[in-house]
Parts: sequence; structure tokens; C-alpha cells
Amino acid sequence: MNVLSFFLLRVFYSFFGIDIVHSTLWKEDSFIHAGIIQREETSMEEEIAGRHQGCFNLADVMYFSKRGCEAVAEDEVTRRFSSEELVSWNLLSRTNANLHHVSWQLSVVWVTGILIRYCLLMPFRVKCWLSNQVQMICARLGVRCVSGLIRFHNRENRPQEGGICVANHTSPLDVLILATDGCYSLVGQAHGGFLGLIQKSCMQTSRHVLFDRSEMKDRHLVRKKEHIADKAKLPILIFPEGTCINNTSVMMFKKGSFEVGGTIHPVAIKYDPRFGDAFWNSTKYSMMTYIFNLMTSWAIVCNVWYLPPMVKEEEEDAVHFANRVKAVIAARGGMSVLPWDGGLKRKKVKESFKEEQQKKYCQIVIENGSVGNGNVY
Amino acid sequence: MLICVSSFFFSSVSHSQITRLYSRFTSLDKGENGTLSREDFQRIPELAINPLGDRIINAFFPEGEDQVNFRGFMRTLAHFRPIEDNEKSKDQNGPEPLNSRSNKLHCKKCEPSYRSNYFSFFVLRMMVGVNISDEQLGSIADRTIQEADQDGDSAISFAEFVKVLEKVDVEQKMSIRFLH
Repeated sequence: MNVLSFFLLRVFYSFFGIDIVHSTLWKEDSFIHAGIIQREETSMEEEIAGRHQGCFNLADVMYFSKRGCEAVAEDEVTRRFSSEELVSWNLLSRTNANLHHVSWQLSVVWVTGILIRYCLLMPFRVKCWLSNQVQMICARLGVRCVSGLIRFHNRENRPQEGGICVANHTSPLDVLILATDGCYSLVGQAHGGFLGLIQKSCMQTSRHVLFDRSEMKDRHLVRKKEHIADKAKLPILIFPEGTCINNTSVMMFKKGSFEVGGTIHPVAIKYDPRFGDAFWNSTKYSMMTYIFNLMTSWAIVCNVWYLPPMVKEEEEDAVHFANRVKAVIAARGGMSVLPWDGGLKRKKVKESFKEEQQKKYCQIVIENGSVGNGNVY
Repeated sequence: MLICVSSFFFSSVSHSQITRLYSRFTSLDKGENGTLSREDFQRIPELAINPLGDRIINAFFPEGEDQVNFRGFMRTLAHFRPIEDNEKSKDQNGPEPLNSRSNKLHCKKCEPSYRSNYFSFFVLRMMVGVNISDEQLGSIADRTIQEADQDGDSAISFAEFVKVLEKVDVEQKMSIRFLH
């Protein structure tokens, strides 16, 4: 089934897709990043200090104004909490914000694609999924529900007992994918609804730790410590980002998992966006809708890299260690690194960050303990 | 229909740009009532940490109102469109485009800030936070006004403001390039 959908897409792309999709949607001078605006990456220091260190200038306001308006049109953080937009369309209308009629050939291809996905691939998968679902409840968590093509790399680095496995998070599918290649003890947010039901049934088969995001405190840490001490148990699987991110970047790793000690086994998971969108936008779609979307995609193709185990060094603090692990995962998976907290999906940013920006500006503008005035050239 | 009205209003903004901005507008509009409130803007982290964030947000809202619709949203963002070469040779007698240099300077963010000492001080305070004392800040504000003031009325008129910034490349500094 996986091979079939893979092959079908290849056929489309080679006979119709490449010529039509690429020539009509991708102009020669377009940029790789499919965004709304072109952002300039100059920092505050380059923009303001480059002109005149140590003085205040009326034009400084313009720097902040422009950055502010850029953020309104498009910002780096909220972009990660919705599906990635592809530069080259993969014939799924759900990942294209700019859908408009291009040519009749493309429309024909798209309609054919719809028929295949909804009438051929989906019913076949439902039948498979039901029987797999029954198996999953009864047996280990390593049964594949959605037809996915998973490539594991560096299997010699697979997590062993008693270690902590950390990975970047895109959806609960990550758990399933990793579970096909090993048994893990899960630490995660307790959900209600359909996903909660799955979680409850998983609890029957092995020991997992479920908690509520808003109550994550020391007790949690203690539980993990006990688990680590018992080497006979399964390795723990944790997603330090704390929420689903859309697989284009790795956001801040919460330091909790990195304070416990023990060996950390980083794993990088990267989905191929051309075949299907694996990101679960929990604020927009329920679990059932998400599964339906998965089943009506082309396929789920992903690469999983097991990275060499890492240990916290003597003088290193948990935050620094977390950032080190995050950088390794992002580099392997080809994703960018963001220092922002994934929790910003649900809550506001702290005041202290604004104060940092103000302090930074002051440092540029103050020289020798006083502020000059740079308005007269 | 909204898209048609908007594209008539902003004749040189492309259809796809409006569509993308509309989808950005709806993703910010958590209440799904077709307008944005101040809380919706404050949810953008990069704007929330900008020292002038609150003033920028205010620029989107018409006088005394708490909601901004898509037209108002686009209008404010349109101030930041760069000036294209082919637009310069357009009808000289026609109405001045939104993104002209003069309109960029007129933009609410800049205009009332430097009219008097009080506003100057207020905006400066936003930019530096608590890291500079009141006296120091007051003296910077005074000096700024003094240097720019030419007719001796202790306030900066719009013409004086423009003069101070004549060597600054406003078009480039206050331009955001929209893709597609």
C-alpha cells in the first residue's frame, strides 16, 4: 500500500507534475521560503549602532516601527503553529493558502488525485487501521496504523533501557513511529476524547506517565528519577518542546528532562512534506479530523535518525545542555533552531523579554555613561 | 467580495498578496468575528517584546475604536510597501499613494511623538525602559527638540521633522517587501 501510493505520486510528478506544477507555480526568481514578506535579518546592533554608537537619533524609532509591522504581517513564532506551506504544490489543497486556477491540465491532475486519495487509498487504510487498532490495544505499541514509509538511520544508537529518549515533536504520530522500532515508556500530556481513550488503553500494556501541562512541577521530576534508577524498565520517551510544532524548526527544549541526569538519546524526526502533512494543529483539528486527514494524504514518509547518546558535563547547567541537544537534533533533521518557547502557542510572552530588548537598546545608545545626540550630522 | 473591494482600493497590490494577508488576518482573529482587537495583536510574541509595540498596535486602530477590520489592517500595512520605480512616473495629479515618503513620515507612529517634550519623553521612555534615569531622559528629549526646532516655538512641526530626517533613507528604512 505504501509502495503503491509512493509510485502513483511519482507517476504524476513525472508525467504531469514536474512540467506543470513547476513551470506555472515556481518562477525562476522566487525565493525558497514561502512566506508573505521578505524579512531582513539585521540585528538591532547592526541597524542602529552601525550608524552611530553612543547617541540617540530620531530615526531609531523607524527600526522598531518597521520590525513591529513586519511581526504583524508575519512572525517566526506563530508560523510554526500552523501547517508548513510548500513552495512547490503537492496537490493537497489543505496545504496551499493561495489556491487559484492555473491551467486545466493541473485541475485534471488535482481532481484525479482527489479521487484516488478519497476513494482508493482511504477505504483501504480504514480496513487496515481497524485491524491494526485491535492489535495495538492487545499487543505492543509498535504497530503501524497509517501507511508510512519510515527510514531509520543509525540504528546502532537506539536508546537502551534506563535512558531518556528526546525528540522533536510534530504530532502523536511520532510516538507510533518510534514505537515500531522499540518499546518506550511515555511521558506526555493527558488528553480527553479519542486520544485519551488510546492513552488509557496504552496504560494497560506498560507503565506510562501522564500529566497535565499546567501542573508540571517537582513531583514529575521525582517520578522520572525513580524510573531511571530502575534499569530494568523501558527507556522514557519525552518531547521537551512540550507541544506540537510543524516540523520546520525546533523550539525551546524545556530543561526538566535534562536535569535528572542519566544518558540522553537524541532522535531527530523529519517528515517529508511532499507526501502529506503530519503536523497536528490541536487548536484547529480534533484527533479524529487529524487521522482522517492523514488517511487521505498520499503517504507519510519520514526519516528517523538515532543520534549518539549525550551526557551532561560537570560544569554544564541544564539549560545549556538542553540547547546543545537541541542543536544536534536540528542539524541532523535539517530544521532551524528557535529560542522561542513552544508554550507561546497557548500563553503570552513574558514581560521580561521586552525588558531585555529595552536594555539592549540602551547599551547601544549609552556610551561612557551618557547619551549623545546624533541628530546633527 | 471583501477581496474585490480591497483590490480596488489598493490597485497595485496583487491578488495573491491580499489573499495571503487575509489568511494572516483570520489566523490572528481568534474570536472569529471579522475584526482584530488589541489582545489579538499582543499575542504575536515578536511584537509583544518590541519596546514600541503598544504604539504600533495603536496605529492600526482608528481614533477611539477598539476593533480594526481587514481594510484598516491592510491600510496600515500598505504604508510600508516599498516605492516601485514604475509608480514614480504615474499620474502626477492623481492622489498621493499611501506608501509615499511623506505618508510614511506622517504615519501615526512618528508624527505626534516629537511635537512636544512630553510625547518625546514618553516615547523615549518606552524604548529604553527603566535603564535610564528621568533626568537623563528629560535632557535627551530637550536636546532633541532644541536641535530640530527652527522657528523657536519649542515644538517640532511636521516640516521641521522632515528636515531633520532629510538625510535618512526613509523609503528603505520604512519598507517591507511583500512577496508574490
